[in-house]
Amino acid sequence: MTMHVSVTVNGETYDVSDVEPRMLLSDFLRDRLGLTGTHVGCEHGVCGACTVLVNGDSVRACLMLAVQANGAEIVTVEGLGSPDELNVLQAEFREHHGLQCGFCTPGMLMTGEDLLRKYPLATDDDIREGLSGNLCRCTGYQNIVAAIRSAAAKRTEKAS
Amino acid sequence: MKPAQFEYVSPSTIDAAIAALVASNGEGKVLAGGQSLLPLLNFRMARPAVLVDLNGIEGLSYIEDRGDRIAIGALARHRELEHSPLIASKLPVMSAAMRHVAHLAIRNRGTIGGSLSHADPAAELPMLATFYEAEISVQGPSGRRTIAAGNFFVDALTNCLEPEEIVVEVEFPVLKQDGWAFEEVARRFGDFALASIAVSVRRGPASLEAARVAVMGVADTPRRLREAEDELVAMALDDTTPDRFAEIVVSLVAPNDDLHASADYRKHLLAQLARRALRTALAMKG
Repeated sequence: MTMHVSVTVNGETYDVSDVEPRMLLSDFLRDRLGLTGTHVGCEHGVCGACTVLVNGDSVRACLMLAVQANGAEIVTVEGLGSPDELNVLQAEFREHHGLQCGFCTPGMLMTGEDLLRKYPLATDDDIREGLSGNLCRCTGYQNIVAAIRSAAAKRTEKAS
Repeated sequence: MKPAQFEYVSPSTIDAAIAALVASNGEGKVLAGGQSLLPLLNFRMARPAVLVDLNGIEGLSYIEDRGDRIAIGALARHRELEHSPLIASKLPVMSAAMRHVAHLAIRNRGTIGGSLSHADPAAELPMLATFYEAEISVQGPSGRRTIAAGNFFVDALTNCLEPEEIVVEVEFPVLKQDGWAFEEVARRFGDFALASIAVSVRRGPASLEAARVAVMGVADTPRRLREAEDELVAMALDDTTPDRFAEIVVSLVAPNDDLHASADYRKHLLAQLARRALRTALAMKG
């Protein structure tokens, strides 16, 4: 049994047929749509590397079936900015050296985007709590927290 | 690390979902938020022939004020409970506990019906259902029935549902209380609890008029500690009350050693949390 999946990813609509129901959203994004910015780490919802936004909420793409995304609006790391024009959070990650090997970075950015939208992030503890579902084995998190702190401050400046 | 093949159905009504489960001859599995089931599928620890996805059923994600009770539809997601002003005002213990439920992306997907059905002994929602004495409404081929939370959780990861029954609603009684607290320690914020306690108190003229106590992470199911409640109500309140309460709580549990913590460490944590929780609850101006 295969199914048809129609999704909007980063503003573009994709109609894909012959999708097996067991295909994970993470594999669908990478293998069927060629969007390899979404990284696959643990494939059981522990590392957070495959985090994407589904209808505005951060979701682990390895814990969702592609067929469940039918009709949904998805944003992946490719949808945040471009090498020439980084978005605010990406620019802060570069500024604060918030990455080393880069494997966890797409997931960190997508979680960061969701955190910035939903939470006040008044303290570093709030940021660390929010990032608790994303693992990084290089940075020790310090600079990731600093990047998000700075993005949160810019968000507040913009709003006031 | 990829699920085995299954047939996928996405019914638009509860009746159709139950019919699909019946038709699967015991080989079906219900999919709600998928935050516990998908890992099991990915590891092929679960290999259902049919996956019945409830997410296409409209009208199952409400949070409704029924006066002395709050009703929550089975598909309400953890994030909705976490941010609900109604829950913050009527079920403050739940509200405080929700940010401990896993991590942001999991709270965005996970559902109350799914968490209760999964019945993890160290998960917040089964503990909250036990604490509040929630009534869990389930529907199956022979209709609807209501199960008290105290009877719902049978063992670790085991509930009392028949294979073709689905959780559809959970009703939480609003507690009359003057003070409350929720305390939890996990290895990492958002992970499953090593030990946790919820406490609610109602003051009388001299001592407490009523108390409610539930714990998790220290048994195969979450547990309401009625003995601790009774002793707390019988106690004269003074500076030693939190210490005496902690002793009683710990005397009522017998956790096992496991990979994450020794039994002694869990008891040590629970005693600390019990003391802290009661102090917080008693200090609250109701």
